[in-house]
Amino acid sequence: MEKEIPVVKKRRLSKDHLTAIAFLIPSVILILIFVYGFISWTGYLSVSNYNTIVPDFSFAGLKNYIYLFNDFRFQADLRNTLFFTILFIGLVIVIGLALAILLDQKMKGESIFRNIFLFPMALSFIVTGVVWQWLLNPSTGFNKFLNLFGIQPKWYTDTNILAGFKWGSIEFGLPVAIIAVVIAAVWQMTGFSLAMYLAGLRGIDDELREAARMDGASEFQVYRKIILPILMPITMSVVIIMAHISLKIFDLVYAMTGSGANFVTDVPGLYMFETTFRGNYYANGAAIAIIMLLLVAVFIVPYLWNNRKGEG
Amino acid sequence: MASLRIGTIVKYTLLVLISILFLTPIYVIIITSLKPLSEVSLAQMWTLPTSIDFSSYKMAFDSLAPNLLNSFYLVIPATLLSALLGAMNGYILSKWKFKGSDIIFTFILFGMFIPYQSILIPMIQFLRTIELYNTIPGLVLVHVVYGLPITTLMFRNFYASIPDEMIESAQIDGASFLGVFRHIITPLSITGFVVVAIWQFTNIWNEFLFAVTITTGDKQPVMVALQNLSGSQIVQWNVQMAGALLAALPTLLVYIFLGKYFVRGLLAGSVKG
Amino acid sequence: MKKFYGLIVLLSLVLVIAACGADDASKGDTDKGKDKADKKDKTSAVEIFSWWTGAGEEDGLLALIDLFNELHPEITVENAAVAGGAGTNAKAVLATRMQGNDPPSTFQVHGGEELNKSWVAADKMSPLNDLYEKNGWMDKFPEELIELVSDGDDIYSVPVNIHRGNVVFYNKAVFEEHGIEVPTTLEEFFAVADKLQAADVVPLALGDKESWEATQIFENVLAAELGTDGYNDLFAGDIEFTDDKVVKAAESFGKILDYVNEDHSSRNWQDSAQLVAEGEAAMINMGDWAKGYFVNDLNLVTNEDFGYFPFPGTVGDFAVITDTFGLPKGIDNVEETEQFLTVLGSVEGQDAFNPLKGSIPARIDADPSKYDDYGKDTIEDFKTANLFPSLAHGSAASEGFVTKANQAVNIFVTQKDVENFINSLQNAAPDM
Repeated sequence: MEKEIPVVKKRRLSKDHLTAIAFLIPSVILILIFVYGFISWTGYLSVSNYNTIVPDFSFAGLKNYIYLFNDFRFQADLRNTLFFTILFIGLVIVIGLALAILLDQKMKGESIFRNIFLFPMALSFIVTGVVWQWLLNPSTGFNKFLNLFGIQPKWYTDTNILAGFKWGSIEFGLPVAIIAVVIAAVWQMTGFSLAMYLAGLRGIDDELREAARMDGASEFQVYRKIILPILMPITMSVVIIMAHISLKIFDLVYAMTGSGANFVTDVPGLYMFETTFRGNYYANGAAIAIIMLLLVAVFIVPYLWNNRKGEG
Repeated sequence: MASLRIGTIVKYTLLVLISILFLTPIYVIIITSLKPLSEVSLAQMWTLPTSIDFSSYKMAFDSLAPNLLNSFYLVIPATLLSALLGAMNGYILSKWKFKGSDIIFTFILFGMFIPYQSILIPMIQFLRTIELYNTIPGLVLVHVVYGLPITTLMFRNFYASIPDEMIESAQIDGASFLGVFRHIITPLSITGFVVVAIWQFTNIWNEFLFAVTITTGDKQPVMVALQNLSGSQIVQWNVQMAGALLAALPTLLVYIFLGKYFVRGLLAGSVKG
Repeated sequence: MKKFYGLIVLLSLVLVIAACGADDASKGDTDKGKDKADKKDKTSAVEIFSWWTGAGEEDGLLALIDLFNELHPEITVENAAVAGGAGTNAKAVLATRMQGNDPPSTFQVHGGEELNKSWVAADKMSPLNDLYEKNGWMDKFPEELIELVSDGDDIYSVPVNIHRGNVVFYNKAVFEEHGIEVPTTLEEFFAVADKLQAADVVPLALGDKESWEATQIFENVLAAELGTDGYNDLFAGDIEFTDDKVVKAAESFGKILDYVNEDHSSRNWQDSAQLVAEGEAAMINMGDWAKGYFVNDLNLVTNEDFGYFPFPGTVGDFAVITDTFGLPKGIDNVEETEQFLTVLGSVEGQDAFNPLKGSIPARIDADPSKYDDYGKDTIEDFKTANLFPSLAHGSAASEGFVTKANQAVNIFVTQKDVENFINSLQNAAPDM
């Protein structure tokens, strides 16, 4: 905040602008304490020796980080998070958009369908996790029906890594088991992107489509060239909101699969909770949190860049 | 015409099929909640209960009811406050930009991503120093603060679609910062509030980690009571599922009654350019 | 317009809360101060912190609290139970409270290293030797159990119950159908398992969605291969994990894993116990809370539908899982808390709690007639058996080591790489 003041003066902002800034201050102070204050504490812990229940704040350098990057479980977590995030966000966007386009065709009973798709959002991740654990259990779940077609996926018990190659101590590639977790998460969160896109589609002037059709564009081209670009800001919001869910995901995995055999469904959130509160490795847990935060930059930076570009 | 009709049939078939897929888990939750525990097993997950048994609902209701009020005391103020603060922030960050406002936006947005497990200990110590530990207001405060990034983001994108000219012309007419908010923004953002409120309501209602660590005993909201239905070693899934359905009722009602506004609200917010 | 003024009112409320936090805080202060004063004037209170919220265990806890209220009507009891995650949520809450110097009056903790290597090591607990002397408990609990809850000469907690971890439950009909005798050694177990597998029955049900279920098998194999003395030496640090016997145990553990159900990682222990109940699988190694699940929840009859025997190779041994309560430093109601611990450690207290919880009393002089057949058997065994503390349930080693051991087990279950497994355990040993 302090840095802003000279800038404000230079541009001789109006009284209104100063009022605006004043109204922003409470939020900024709260965020300063609750986010940056607490996270600095975590950052401090992550370079300490506080790996027992007896507090030991002596400086440990990067020891905890080095430990993590050599740790089989953490390497697996990074891999899983990467694939989970890509698949989850991708599917939420694609399915949400597809359903929105379907529902936007002036369908009868639209509100019923919409509520069906929104409904899973009302449940907590713990409940979703348990139900999907049952549904995708290889011996009793959906496989009972898939059996009719002769397919028996092993879902989250599958320990295979697709297109795997050796990376550190783990095999890097798509863990098949993570797909099961993605399905559950997509089931729960698609309603959100559907609603966002549906609203976006409603906001697009019909004349715009008509004009494009007049110019001889096919229906597919209308969507690709006209509709999707207009929906871009919505897509970015969905990406950010889904990314924060995906990077922090904990309850769902905890209730549904746990860490999985050979840690094929483990995620950093789970590791952090267990190592901190079950193992009393406070410093290691803090280091995981800090690494997770750094990963966020990967999503936020392109978003803001896009934002600025959009505003010229 | 014929081809159109075939198209319609295909569309409905698709929708119905997807709906069935979406409803399968709900089916499992409902039938499980109606079974006695001896019938709750993986092998019998698809089968209907031999006789309908509402005792799970009674058990779940008895344990959830005392905490129900806590949840309302928590969710309603927390939702309203975080939506209001978010609206104000979004208004400022989209319509009263100053040099550095984008940085402040980033600064606030980043808060969305902190893993809450890692800040529990300092947070609880902080709440204790300001004497809000183990109080509903303390929990409200926490939810408001950690709700700020997402509500600010949603309102900022929402207001971005309101043409700047509207605000400029209001200013020429002599409206101040608050005047514009009052005359221009508020009437346009009722639906926006609904959208954000639904999102916040659902999230705060379902939140568990803060609830279980910040409050104890009779201060705990309903999600903690729901968890308390399970034991350390044995979990009665029928009661758990019945409880989950009961606990989801308020959010469900919010969806059904406000669902229309949800879509309308997003509609107003996404009219870009 | 009205709507707008409503907004403004709410908004100013926001600002009051946000900007003038001090005002709020002082209000909270006086409220809380008043609460505390009220409590002190009327009665004194004891806050009991546990993770007992489920059916059975909660009933046991409430029965105990009722008994206490009868004996000490002047003391109020606050039941602060935190559910979920087999106690992990409770531990998270406890950790934050202990570190903030706001300990509950007394809290549940697994007896042994889970307490010694944590809050005792952090100097947050008061020794209870005087309480033991005063109540004459020194010869009422087994000596090995008192050793378990002690650090050096100081006793730090009062055990309330005992669960046994080295029990194998089996489906009687399946055993009869295939003419199988109860195996007493690992060799016999493998022979039996081969026979069952040939008959298309899963020999051993496993649900290791959480790793501790597999770790529990490993600890029993360790006890079988090393004997209880060797087992205790191992966790005392006198034997290395690279020792031949430990390697042998790891190999046997790997061999056992060849006989489990294929979907083990998708099941928790309850789901895997269902396999035994349904006859899909023949046996399951589980702590004896499984008996409560079979009897109360699946409506099976002990010794008719299912039977039980000690884990092969550990006949005459007893894997101890015990819940205990201690006395944290810095509480202002030491006297009342000691009174609660006295009731907890008394015969009446233990007999009120355990029949409902489905465990056996930690005291050796409790009344067996209050327990079912399984309980009576176990009480008998407990008196004479060689005790060894459970690793999976936090008694044998610190929670840090347990966490790392669980991770190593999780990897081993899939990869079956003995060398890697032994290395991981050896590397984690300094945290023991």
